[in-house]
Amino acid sequence: MTAFNAIMMRDIVLGFRAGGGAFLTTIFFAIVVLVFAFAVGPDRALMSMIAAPVLWAAALLSTLVSFDRIFQTDFEDGTLDVIVETADLLEVRILAKAAAHWVTSCLPLIIITPLLALLLSLPSGTWAPLIISLIIGTPALSLIGTLVAGLTVSLRRVNILITILAMPLFTPALIFGVGAGRTSGFSDPAFAPALLLLGACVLISLIMAPLAGAAAIRANLD
Amino acid sequence: MINDLANPTNFERWARPTIPVLSWLAAFLIAVGIYYGLFNSPADYQQKESVRIMYVHVPAAWMAQMCYASMAIASIVGFVWKHPLADVAAKSTAPIGAVFTVLALFTGALWGKPTWGTYWAWDARLTSVLLLLFLYLGYIAIWEAIEDKTRAARIAAIVAIVGSVNVPIIKFSVDWWNSLHQPASIIKAGGSSIHSSMLTPLLIMIAAYMVIYGALVLQSMRNELVVRRIARLERQDIGVSEVKMT
Repeated sequence: MTAFNAIMMRDIVLGFRAGGGAFLTTIFFAIVVLVFAFAVGPDRALMSMIAAPVLWAAALLSTLVSFDRIFQTDFEDGTLDVIVETADLLEVRILAKAAAHWVTSCLPLIIITPLLALLLSLPSGTWAPLIISLIIGTPALSLIGTLVAGLTVSLRRVNILITILAMPLFTPALIFGVGAGRTSGFSDPAFAPALLLLGACVLISLIMAPLAGAAAIRANLD
Repeated sequence: MINDLANPTNFERWARPTIPVLSWLAAFLIAVGIYYGLFNSPADYQQKESVRIMYVHVPAAWMAQMCYASMAIASIVGFVWKHPLADVAAKSTAPIGAVFTVLALFTGALWGKPTWGTYWAWDARLTSVLLLLFLYLGYIAIWEAIEDKTRAARIAAIVAIVGSVNVPIIKFSVDWWNSLHQPASIIKAGGSSIHSSMLTPLLIMIAAYMVIYGALVLQSMRNELVVRRIARLERQDIGVSEVKMT
């Protein structure tokens, strides 16, 4: 557990310090939302209708560009070898990496989501379901992303490869996330089922990502 | 037998005579299937003659999924038991499966135009087949990206296994998404079960596709083994000219 904390805290600190990229991801997220807004045009009714799907898609896209950072620098400077060699359970350490990714790349997005929701004229009553769906759903993105980053760690220029590998795996989380996030409130009959299924996606990734991620890292470091 | 085949020489001895047999069998089955499908089966009372697209479409969709399943099984065998030919089989299956997937999507679009009035609909089944194509492309891309074959085999196997775990989840999520957004589906639910006059050509075509797959995957595996042998010889600094192509 100490290794878990140490790795997670180290990655979080690195992520928020200069060059860590946590703020860049957030800016990228805002830019994607703005691009959608400019493309759709100033039609408030249409914009408020697509606000939740756009915010979810933007969150997905901005996490995609952050995955190559999870293991890349550790791989290049040899830290990853130390992490693997000293691990009783590499799976737990992968989990720490995923947790740190969520804190540095997903949490900031969720924090600025209300601001962007305001820009997209999302009715204020529907903010809560959207933000809850992001809080519950984005861990699935971090976990799957960590797995895909583990698969591609020894390769160069992997962004497009990461996108191809991650996209089909992201689809369930995106569908259930938007399904819960676009509802009109907690009492909406569509909210609870979508949220529960979203939670199920997260739990499946929680098992799959550390197991497959650790196997991938071992294969990459052979 | 499985252990015997791990030896590429044994595999070669077994595969070489098998491929022409399978190829001729496939040609025969296709000819019979097309004859039945085009000339010796009734037109549908609703879809008219366009129902005959089914005989090329359904087997392709079937093979798209079967190839993914065999790719995943071969990947597990390769990953767990380090069976060298299982990796080759999984790698060789991927492009064939991807082509079957494209064929299923393409013929499905052609069939969709006369029956549904549109080439593409965000129907659950269409969407999940499209995502299956992306799973294939990801698998092929990771093989291409990693130079070291042993490492590529292990990483690609993980990709295939993770993908196969996710196929049912993706399928379910797309079903759910579709039922949420399109309550009135354009595809008629159920319908009468297929009549034997149509089932016969369909089954023949499915058999033909499977035999084609068998011939293609064996040939593709042979090619892969030759490519690897050349690469190995080049590394050992032996002139490629000395390699006798079999």
